[in-house]
Amino acid sequence: MTFGVSSARSGMESAGSDTIQELTVEELRAKYGSGMEIEDEEHMLLSMGPQHPSTHGVLRLLVELDGETVVNLAPDIGFLHTGIEKNMEAKTYTKALVMTDRMDYLAPLSNNLAYVLAVEKLLGIEAPPRAQAIRVILTELTRLNSHLVWLGTHALDLAAMSVFLYCFREREYLLDVFEMCSGQRMMTSYFRPGGVWRDLPEEFEPAVRQFLDFFPARIADYEALLRDNPIFLERTKGVGVVTAEDAVAWGLTGGNLRGSGVEWDLRKAKPYSGYEQYEFDVPTETEGDVYARYRVRMEEMRQSLRIIEQALDNLPDGPFLVEDRKIVPPPRSELGRSMEAVIHHFKLWTEGFSAPEGYIYQAVESPRGELGCYLRGDGSPKPARVHFRAPSFVNLASLPRMAKGQFVADLVAIIGSIDIVLGEIDR
Amino acid sequence: MEQGPMTPSATHAEESNRLIREKVEAAFPEAILDVYDFRGERTLIVAQPHLKEICQFLRDDDALQFNLLEDIVADDMLPDFPRFAVNYHLYSIPKNHRIRLRVPVEDPEEGPETVASLWPIATWLETEVWDLMGIRFQGNDSLRRLFLPEDWQGHPLRKDYPLGYEQVQFSFNWEAIEAKKPSPQD
Amino acid sequence: MGVEQKLGEMGIVTARLEDLVNWGRSNAMWPMLFGLACCAIEMMSTQAAHYDASRFGMELMRPSPRQSDVMIVAGRVSRKMAPVLRRLYDQMPAPKWVIAMGDCASCGGVFNNYAIVQGVDEVVPVDVYVAGCPPRPEALLDGIMSLHEKVRGEKLQDWA
Repeated sequence: MTFGVSSARSGMESAGSDTIQELTVEELRAKYGSGMEIEDEEHMLLSMGPQHPSTHGVLRLLVELDGETVVNLAPDIGFLHTGIEKNMEAKTYTKALVMTDRMDYLAPLSNNLAYVLAVEKLLGIEAPPRAQAIRVILTELTRLNSHLVWLGTHALDLAAMSVFLYCFREREYLLDVFEMCSGQRMMTSYFRPGGVWRDLPEEFEPAVRQFLDFFPARIADYEALLRDNPIFLERTKGVGVVTAEDAVAWGLTGGNLRGSGVEWDLRKAKPYSGYEQYEFDVPTETEGDVYARYRVRMEEMRQSLRIIEQALDNLPDGPFLVEDRKIVPPPRSELGRSMEAVIHHFKLWTEGFSAPEGYIYQAVESPRGELGCYLRGDGSPKPARVHFRAPSFVNLASLPRMAKGQFVADLVAIIGSIDIVLGEIDR
Repeated sequence: MEQGPMTPSATHAEESNRLIREKVEAAFPEAILDVYDFRGERTLIVAQPHLKEICQFLRDDDALQFNLLEDIVADDMLPDFPRFAVNYHLYSIPKNHRIRLRVPVEDPEEGPETVASLWPIATWLETEVWDLMGIRFQGNDSLRRLFLPEDWQGHPLRKDYPLGYEQVQFSFNWEAIEAKKPSPQD
Repeated sequence: MGVEQKLGEMGIVTARLEDLVNWGRSNAMWPMLFGLACCAIEMMSTQAAHYDASRFGMELMRPSPRQSDVMIVAGRVSRKMAPVLRRLYDQMPAPKWVIAMGDCASCGGVFNNYAIVQGVDEVVPVDVYVAGCPPRPEALLDGIMSLHEKVRGEKLQDWA
């Protein structure tokens, strides 16, 4: 079985050699058509190519247009395929954690959480309460982070540029908080199997409390800019409607599903990491259009603030890592005194901990929907199969249904409202 | 006990697992090959010919109502036999329970029948499985390259496919690798 | 540089041609929007208000290659994307420069497997490599300023 015919070198040669004149229309359609059924030969085929300011990543859409109306649509993905699932099989469980950050790169701690909870489920351990509370706080901060980027880029596509700059200003504060905890702004890898990497620093709580003080007013600012803006309303109301039955049949989850009237949130339905202790609402709207999804996500930001406040008020004391030395490395202060600590440290860093045989599935509610991790262990220190159920991958399949019959300009609004991240789609 | 979509409880999972298994075994006694319980999750291992009717039953039955197909995951169990297995993760939003169906697949060219008529998202998920693992689903004729370039050969997630590790450019092999890179005159 | 030589009060300054051209090129370099993955978010942060890249002349991010000078390859380049990258690079008019932002664009980064091109310099010639995963906005600005220094050091024989 041969592998990999097209390398970068051969890609370079073929990029120069095939010109439009050499292929017939049928050949062009077969080569670039992404398997889409062309409705009518007279329609125009537009390739919204991988490099485009509004596609939120390297997504290629093949759009069949009748004038300005979209007749048919096929997404062409794979321009960011990284082979993460295969690469994680070659690394130990802890080293593979680093790769999970880079999938959904707008909410890296969410991916960390899904993977770490899956590993803990496979091992049969549970993180201590302090670690669970820390995880909840940071995951909700990540949700805010992700929704801010969504809002900024969505508004930027609809030509509201100041919202983009404001959102990134809030993000800087949150990224400083992440850097305070873990040393890294974005790809933190802060959650580890068994707990979190290290305890929260002292500056964390005042910083987050200050954030909780000023942020609600900022959300009100953004809403004031967009909610009653006639241009925004014109471009988002009634656009990209999806009904509740369609949404469930097509696997939509997250804000997209709640915007169509189905009230379902994994944090309430199948709680994980201590979410059952916190009180929060699940915003739901019924219209199913872009404006409904916008309102759902704005309200989700407010609910996240509630959760963070409750978690911070009730932050329990205690260890932040499970006590099992076979899984969790000993603190460095012990290494000078105890021989077992040195042995455990050595074993964990050279070989890694072994997981039992078996397969599990763990799902969390990421800002985009249900992020699931299917993990199979086979007794060795490396995972035998890791698969991530990426919410953006499944949500993207609804795009043709949402966009048929709409204008090309509406297509940009619809893509923004589904909130896709190509790193997650292509893995 | 009446459970809404968002009322969880620990015993609810066991109750629903038991209920699901009873109903499926009553309706399709010969289809279930095995039941696998691990960490509170139940997997029904079903034979390949019966998959679609079991899925239809699970979706349409009033007490079960599995209306969300969460994911289709393919697994390569080399060197075990049968080599491949396809997992279907089903979830019921009204009843708030989850089940996994696992179908052992011996020949990747003769995979299970597509469930796209029950949950339309299955077409997309099965295309991903074919692209990366090479299991062909009967009745799904839009199986094409999704993640990889169109002329790629092989299915990367299989265990006998190499990782494709490239040599890292250190000082001892600097010249050799640098010679293959394009220069500004290209 | 003969900028200080003013001929009388007529307001004429003299300088070498290559200094003027290099100064013009470096102070108004327009980047092409080529954000692929996570580094793109840090590139957007660099363009946003806190770490403002417009201070360095990069006011606009042009999506069109015909109107841009520098291509900041931000993110991992997969095998499917490599021909697209090369085609866009070819479409940019000279003078053009490439900044490889991040570890994945410089050397393949964390991912050494079948799907990722190990360093974008296997596809296009790179001028500046910025390390980091993702690099901080300050690191990217340092890379941009290194590119400006490199451009200011270019000689007439290179481009005339």
